[in-house]
Parts: sequence; structure tokens; C-alpha cells
Amino acid sequence: MAYVAVKGGERAIDAAHAWLAHDRRGDPAMPQVSPGQIEQQLGRAVDRVMAEGSLMDRGLAALAIRQAQGDLIEAAFLLRAYRTTLPRFANSEPVETAAMLVTRRVSAIFKDLPGGQVLGPTYDYTHRLLDFIAGADPAPPQEAPAQPAPMPPAFGILGREGLVEPDAPAPDSAPFDLTREPLAFPAGRDARLQALARGDEGFMLALGYSTQRGYGSNHPFVGELRVGEASVCITPPELGFAIDIGDAVLTECQMVNQFAGSRTAPPQFTRGYGLAFGHQERRVMGMALVDRAMRAGELGEHVSAPAQDVEFVVSHCDNVEATGFVEHLKLPHYVDFQSELETIRQMRSDATRRCEERGEERSDAAIQEPPAPPSPPLDCHAEAGSQ
Amino acid sequence: MTYNFAYLDEQTKRMIRRAILKGVAIPGHQVPFGSREMPLPYGWGTGGIQVMAAVLGPADVLKVIDQGADDTTNAVSIRRFFARTAGVQTTTRTAEATVIQTRHRIPEVPLHEGQILVYQVPMPEPMAKLEPSRAETRRMHGLAEYGLMHVKLYEDIARLGHVSTSYDFPVMVNGRYLMSPSPIPAFDNPKLGGMAALQLFGAGREKRIYAVPPYTEVRSLDFDDHPFRPVRAPGVCAMCGSGTSYLDEVVTDDRGTRMFVCSDTDYCGERAAMQDAAE
Repeated sequence: MAYVAVKGGERAIDAAHAWLAHDRRGDPAMPQVSPGQIEQQLGRAVDRVMAEGSLMDRGLAALAIRQAQGDLIEAAFLLRAYRTTLPRFANSEPVETAAMLVTRRVSAIFKDLPGGQVLGPTYDYTHRLLDFIAGADPAPPQEAPAQPAPMPPAFGILGREGLVEPDAPAPDSAPFDLTREPLAFPAGRDARLQALARGDEGFMLALGYSTQRGYGSNHPFVGELRVGEASVCITPPELGFAIDIGDAVLTECQMVNQFAGSRTAPPQFTRGYGLAFGHQERRVMGMALVDRAMRAGELGEHVSAPAQDVEFVVSHCDNVEATGFVEHLKLPHYVDFQSELETIRQMRSDATRRCEERGEERSDAAIQEPPAPPSPPLDCHAEAGSQ
Repeated sequence: MTYNFAYLDEQTKRMIRRAILKGVAIPGHQVPFGSREMPLPYGWGTGGIQVMAAVLGPADVLKVIDQGADDTTNAVSIRRFFARTAGVQTTTRTAEATVIQTRHRIPEVPLHEGQILVYQVPMPEPMAKLEPSRAETRRMHGLAEYGLMHVKLYEDIARLGHVSTSYDFPVMVNGRYLMSPSPIPAFDNPKLGGMAALQLFGAGREKRIYAVPPYTEVRSLDFDDHPFRPVRAPGVCAMCGSGTSYLDEVVTDDRGTRMFVCSDTDYCGERAAMQDAAE
């Protein structure tokens, strides 16, 4: 009987978990993939999971990817649920990306610039032809030259002329922590950037794309995109000075956008910013576009497009939240649905009775006619006429 | 590696307890809290689980229901979670429980003083479907400006002859705050007011906690000429014969044959057992 079937119970859950584990492992004749292999060979997936899981740990991200059968949102969720249990020791000092050990650095606004352009390991100019014979180990890459002169940020060149807005002054207070404090609107830029940094890559990409297609256009140029290793420093209170606790591979995008000026300030290019763990150009570019779009209000622009609506973007960019709420529709809702059933039956019988009182015959066909209009017309004549 | 009692660390529990206390002090007011990522997904009751973790003590007896039933998969899963992380005693008996976590129902049997009923809340903002911006609805709550909701109910009556909302039916708490009772059927709304037990509401994804202290006035919105009417299926339970409980409709074949059974499995089981004993 259906009644029994919808009731679960411990045995059903245990059996489902066992089945899942079997399904996850796949054909036992194939060797099991190791987290190390995932970490080394599926690095971009690991990077995405670290960003959306808000935890920089390649080994755990790889483990999560295996446990989630490659479902990267599920993997990010696993990392988040682990992360939330970790104690916090300190906030890091701001990461100095200008001093990072760069493996890739491109600027689209200058042909050449101090430090030069570094193409690095990129898919940008690959021909997307399936490599059917892949498997052989590739030849070792050309020895990268030791990093030459420092690579100051490209927009600094514009900044000396005052053509681009400077960095905002560091706030006096500790930055907002999205993972510990409830978000309130209007949300500050620190909260917004945190939300974007862990937000869904696809959502960021689509919203960034929407600004390019005219929904909140902000005339972007990639001032600079860089990938590399940056030092992470903390200042323990008992020491009073900063110490280096490790390196993080980061991708940073500095977008240079349409200028704004006012009666008191001469026109300047504005900026959008993106930063993420690992090598994730698509994410940080989308993030920079959306960051800039969300500054529309602050810059006196008309706020009309989805990407410019801070509350809309920040409330919906988190894929762990989104997938939870969308997928929770799978949970039983039959109590609610029952009251909907009673209500709609009541409404239909009332509507039928009113029609009868007005002397209109309402056939069964009319009552059963699919599809039901969203708001059933009470005018019998109108409904009869639509037969 | 072991987790703390009831999973959350003590600092987090303190933060949640502060939010709960504030909620109790301002009945029906949504208190923002630093909701944590839980090992269960958003939408599965993470708000209720966090509130539960904050109020649960080693001596508590826990009951978890989903759709009124103790044996639905999600209820089983949450009960197991606390049995595992807190080691508390669990029960299916409403009267024996000190803390009850629920999704979508209030038990049929009146709760007594000292009990806590913890609701899982998907969407704490009662006006979310009318005004999507939380910045705006917060302002409306501040001004007790609830005309929007009254207009919605009025338009339903004008167009359909009835209020079309049949669950998550908005209530006024203590004459001040408009509140979502969570998606309980409107049938359960009258139990919210004047309840002897403490009612706590947790929304994890939306990061809000609110409360209805014992014996607080809770009124379902209505009009003088269209009073609030709780709705239940017109039938009796096929298992225990109850003609007053909230019923689930169960389709028994592919020709539309139906039966009705109590949604509250403990209530139904108790009644059936008493009838068996009487025979």
C-alpha cells in the first residue's frame, strides 16, 4: 500500500546509503581513484570546490570530490560542513597579490607593461579537439624563467595619473564574516565580495555575462588577470608582528570599468574585483563583473538589472543554500498538499454551486477540463464560451 | 575525532541561545543569527536542528516528527543525528518528550508546560511572496505595516470566495508581529495561541530565529465577515476512527480509491491501542 511506501525508516535509509556507496565505487574491476590523483589531475575541480567550500585544503577537496562522485556542489557542501567545525585562530593580514609568485599574468589594456605578459598554463589558445590518444606523459614544459622584475598591478600605471579610482582605505573595524554573522541589507562590499568568492561559479558567470549583454552594462576591460602563489600572514597578538603561515595559489582579476565623475571629482575609471583560491579565471572574471555591477548604487548609476541588485545577487549566489532549498522539494509535503486539496475542492464546489444558483448547467467535462486556469473565472458564461 | 555534545560548539550554542532569548522577549520578531553550515542540507531542517542543539540537555527526551509522523525518513534522520551526537533518549510519545522537533505539524494532543516545540522553518518572512526584498519587509515589520497581507487575503476572497492560503497561514503574535507559523496546515493554527509549551522557530538558510512564549496570543489573520476557518479533510481515520484529527489522504489504487489516516502517527497509534485494549 502506498501509505507504507512513503514512510521511510531506519532500514530504508541504511539500505539507501549502502546502495549509494556501491554506486559511488562503480565497477570494482576498475581501480579506485585516489584523492591524490584527483588533486593532481583534476586540479580545476579541486580549485572550484575549495572556493565554493570556502576552505583551502587541496587534499580534503579531492577527498570530497571522490566522496561526492564528482558532484562539485555536493563536494563543496562536504567541505563547508567540515569547515564550520574548525576553530578560528586569527584573521590573516590582507594578502599582497602584487608580490605573488606569478605563473600567469595577462593585461588586456596594455600591450606590454612592467613585468610583462605571462601566458602560463592556459586553455585560451588550445584547439578543443578531443585527444583520443591522451595518456602518454607530456613532455616537460619549458623551464620557466625565474620571475624577473616585480609585477606591479597594471592599474597602478593608470592610478599615477589619477585615471582610475584608488584602493579604498582599509577599514578600521574587522571585516564582516559571512560565515559567522547573519547577512543584512544593504550589505557592505566586504560582505558582497565574500559572498561572490564562495558563490556558484555558474551563477557568477551568467550574471557577469548578462551585464555584457546590456543588463547593467559597465564597459569592462581586464586590467589584469593574475594567477600565482601569495604569502598568507597573520599577526598573533602575543607576537605583535606578522608571520608567514604559508602560501596560497590565488587567481585575481582587476577589471577596469566605465568611468564616473561628478561636479566635485574629475572622471575616473571604476573597478571591479575578483579573487578566488586556485586557478579559476572564469570565476574571478564573473565575480569582478558582478562586483562592479553591484556598485551601481554607490556610483550613482541607475539600478535596474539583476546583477546590480545587491540583495538579489547575494541572496541567491550560494549554491549550497540554493541546492538545499530547491532539492528540499523532494521531502514529503503531503500535509500541506492535503490542505491545498481541501481548499481547491471547496473552491470548485462553491464555484459550481454559484453557477447552479444562477441557472447555468456546468457539465462534468467543464469541471474536468484541463488545464485549470490559474485563477478560475467565476463567470459561467465565459467558461461555457471557452468550450 | 569527536564532536561536541549535540554537534555545535559551545560558543555557537551561546550565540543561538542569545537569539532565542531575544526572540522570546519579542514574540514573533525574526532575530537574525549566525546560522552555521550543518552536516544536513539546507531545507532539511537546519534551523530547527541548530535551535535544538542549543536547547538540548543530556536529560532531555527527544521526539522528531515530519508531516506529523515519527517514521518519515527525514524525521528518522534528524532523530538519529541527535541520538548520535548528543546521546539523548528519544521517544515517539508526544506526552513523554521534553523537546519536540517538527516539520509541518503541531501534535494533536495539547502540549504541556515545560515542553519545547521546535519548528523547522523554510521561509521565515510571512510577506516573502508579496515583497521579495528582506530590506523592505524588515521596514514593514518595524512599522507594523501589514496592509499588504490584508490586501492579499481580501483579493483572494474577492476572486475565489476564500482565502487561498491553506498552509503557512500568517498569524499576528501578541498583537504586534506578523509571523509565519512555518508550513503547518491552517488546521493547526488555533493551537499556536495560548499554548502551554514554548514554541521556537529556526530558519537555517534564511538565518532567522523567532519564538512564541507560552500562553501568548496568536491570531490567524481574518476579517469580521470572513472569519478564519481551519480546514481538514471531511472524513475519519481508517486506523483509529478519529473524526477530529488532521488527515492524510492515501490513494490505495490507480482508480482513485482513497482512505484517510491521521497524519499524527503517535496520536493515531495511541488511540488504536486503547481501542484494542478496550475490546
